[in-house]
Amino acid sequence: MNAENIVKPRVTVRDLNFYYGKAQALNNINLDITEKKVTAFIGPSGCGKSTLLRTFNRMYELYPKQKATGSIVLDGKNILDKNQDLNKLRAKVGMVFQKPTPFPMSIHDNIAFGVKLYQSLNKHDMEERVEWALRKAALWDEVKDKLTQSGMGLSGGQQQRLCIARAIAVKPEVLLLDEPTSALDPISTAHIEKLIDELKEDFTIVIVTHNMQQAARVSDYTAYMYLGDLMEFGDTSTVFTNPKRKETEDYITGRFG
Amino acid sequence: MIDLYTRRRIANATGLTIAVMAMAFGLFWLCWILWTLLERGLPALTPMVFSQMTPPPGSSGGLLNAIFGSLMMTIGGTAIGTPIGILAGTYLAEFGQRGWLAPITRFINDILLSAPSIVIGLFVYEVYVVHVKHFSGWAGTIALAIIVIPIVIRTTENMLRLVPSTLREAAASLGAPQWKIISFVTLRAARAGIITGVMLAIARISGETAPLLFTALNNQFWSSNMDQPMANLPVVIFQFAMSPYEDWQSLAWAGALLITMSVLTLNILARVLFRQKASTY
Repeated sequence: MNAENIVKPRVTVRDLNFYYGKAQALNNINLDITEKKVTAFIGPSGCGKSTLLRTFNRMYELYPKQKATGSIVLDGKNILDKNQDLNKLRAKVGMVFQKPTPFPMSIHDNIAFGVKLYQSLNKHDMEERVEWALRKAALWDEVKDKLTQSGMGLSGGQQQRLCIARAIAVKPEVLLLDEPTSALDPISTAHIEKLIDELKEDFTIVIVTHNMQQAARVSDYTAYMYLGDLMEFGDTSTVFTNPKRKETEDYITGRFG
Repeated sequence: MIDLYTRRRIANATGLTIAVMAMAFGLFWLCWILWTLLERGLPALTPMVFSQMTPPPGSSGGLLNAIFGSLMMTIGGTAIGTPIGILAGTYLAEFGQRGWLAPITRFINDILLSAPSIVIGLFVYEVYVVHVKHFSGWAGTIALAIIVIPIVIRTTENMLRLVPSTLREAAASLGAPQWKIISFVTLRAARAGIITGVMLAIARISGETAPLLFTALNNQFWSSNMDQPMANLPVVIFQFAMSPYEDWQSLAWAGALLITMSVLTLNILARVLFRQKASTY
């Protein structure tokens, strides 16, 4: 962390530790997520990058025995605080998962589901919002004539863009992407990477990826993690071309992991 | 010396032959039962079966009162048992990860699931019939509902567990409260499987005799009063088939065919629905 701190951080992680039961999965993580930029977490399997991502919307709360200590500050508030309303937090921090997760309902309702939780829009406004989200997710042209059909009938790549549309329809501030393209073919992947580039104009994006080239292509900042430690963090170009640590270089060049 | 490849082919052929023979053995009895049922039941299945009441020995009649009674009690039992079963199954699958209540409930439910139906009949007889001092359609409905509940609990729980946890996470990540996640996302995703379970439960109770013997008993006449003894197909079949009168026996065959056909239809419907579910995931 050095020069890039001049830009405004959106999320500030300080002394974050995470435990699955007794096993510690994250050790003292300190990290700033910059507003309206893409930050990528890379590292070998089991290094804690998804775990770190899932602390940002406290997804781990669904499971007993998982807990986080330290602080993650978003909008001046520590979201790990017990008083933090989880539903309000998740309205601000949206998430897209590795596997597409369309709900068993129509394409329109998939997107309206999240919006309805926070706003009561009339029919016309809701239709506008659905269209807006689908256009943002570059899916509108493909589905505009079948909004009433089930979201399960779409292809994998379309389903994933539907999930992105669903996440941005509630207008979050931060968008978490947990390996969003690992279940997709190269063309759908390209679609989504292009989309990420466009979405960062409106949203702060954090992406976990196994694909080094993807991190290099889409992200502005890269964090390399290993065994629960944040090994290196900085400008993507710096991390990829001139890493400070030997381990990062080994991983990036494919000698390890 | 036989080489390895030939040995494998022989083992494969032997295994396949034994499996096919086992299947043929099972199917043989099934086909025989169905054949006898059709042979005896079809000629007896006259329009009178659907328009006349059960007759006294020696005169002609039908099964209308029994068909009606069976329908009433099956629908009643399903209507009472299904919501309880779905709610309890949802509890077990969605809330039952921690604590001691869920494992105990699950264990007791498994016992109930395999309890002989005659025991359930006796139970309802003891706690209900004895107190109101007469057999009734309600008592039959309660007994059938008690059979429905564990089946629906089991299928609901199993089907909800099949819903990928990422779907729950996805709904939670939008900030949906748990009751919304369950009622709009997970239950909906498991819908086809749960309906299948309900249909299998209906199929099961539509042929149950023992619990009705102790509860609804029988009624020779038309009665739509659920508080009175009620005619029903299984008990009528039981009674008529054991009788020495030929027209009673043939009515019993007709009733048996009716039950079998409706159970078969329900099972096929359940299968078709289940296949649709499998294709969406």
